[in-house]
Amino acid sequence: MDAAETSLPMDDVALVERARQGDAASFSELVSRYDRKIYRLARHITNSDEDAEDVLQEAFLKAYEHLDGFQGNAKFYTWLVRIAVNESLMKLRKRKSDRTVSLDEPAENGDEPMVREIAVWDGNPEQQYSSDELRAILDKAIANLKPAFRTVFLLRDVEELSTEETAAALDLSVPAVKSRLLRARLELRERLTRIFKKKGDDVFAYL
Amino acid sequence: MTFLLTCKDFLHELSDYLDGTCDPELRSKLEKHINECPNCWVICDTSNKTIQVYRGMDPQPIPQEIHDRLMGAIQKKMAGKCGGSSA
Ligand SMILES: [Zn+2]
Repeated sequence: MDAAETSLPMDDVALVERARQGDAASFSELVSRYDRKIYRLARHITNSDEDAEDVLQEAFLKAYEHLDGFQGNAKFYTWLVRIAVNESLMKLRKRKSDRTVSLDEPAENGDEPMVREIAVWDGNPEQQYSSDELRAILDKAIANLKPAFRTVFLLRDVEELSTEETAAALDLSVPAVKSRLLRARLELRERLTRIFKKKGDDVFAYL
Repeated sequence: MTFLLTCKDFLHELSDYLDGTCDPELRSKLEKHINECPNCWVICDTSNKTIQVYRGMDPQPIPQEIHDRLMGAIQKKMAGKCGGSSA
C-alpha cells in the first residue's frame, strides 16, 4: 500500500493511520475535531467540570496509547466515545461511591413509558429563551435522568450516533438502546413540557 | 396487524416513529392514530420538539486553559512514546 497524498480534507481513518506511524500533527487534528464533543459528553455524564476535564484528558491519552489496537473498521469517534463513557462512569462511581451507577442496571420500575404532562409548547423555546438560559434548562433536565438513560440519550440525540453505534459504544443490545432511549426522551419531554407549556393550557383544551 | 392501535401501542412505537425507522405499514397506522387522537398528537409533537431542541445545541468551545492542559498532557505522552527511553 502506498501512502498516496490526496488534496481532500483527511478523514479520520487516514489521520489515525498517520498518527499510528508517529505523526503528532495528525493526532492533534483528531483532538481538535472531537475535544468539544468529548468534553460536553463527559460533563453531562459526570455533572462536574473537574471530572469532565479529567475524562477529556484520559480519553485522548488512552486513545493515543491504544492507537495500535484500534480496529480500522470501527469509527474513531465511536471508539473515543466508548472510552470517554467508561471513564465518565468510573468517575461517577468513585465520586458517589454509588454502586448503583451502572449501565447494566437501568433500575427500571416496570417498562411502561411515563406520560403525565400533555400540553403543547408555548412557541419556540429557542426564541423565547437566551441560549444560556436554554442551555441551563436542557442541562438540568438531562442531569436528572438516571445514568443508564442519560448516557443513551446523550449518544443518540446529542452526539447523534446511530442506534447501532450507541449499542456498540455502550455494550448494549439494540433493543436495550431503543427502550432506554424511549424512556429518556419521554422523561425529558415531561420535564421540558412543564417548563415550556402554554400557561393555563392542558389536555382539556384539545378534547 | 389488523387491530386498531391503542395509545399504549402508539407510545411504544414513538421512538421508531420519530426516527422514521418503522416499516411503512406500521407507519401509516401510527399516522392514522395521531390524526385521530389529540393526546398522542401532542405527545408526539412535544417529543419531537424535545429531540430537536437538544440537537440544536452546539458544543461550546472548551475553555482555553482546559484545551492547553489537554494539549500539554498529550505532547508529554507523545514525547514519551517517541523518545523510547524512559528513565
Ligand atoms: Zn392515542
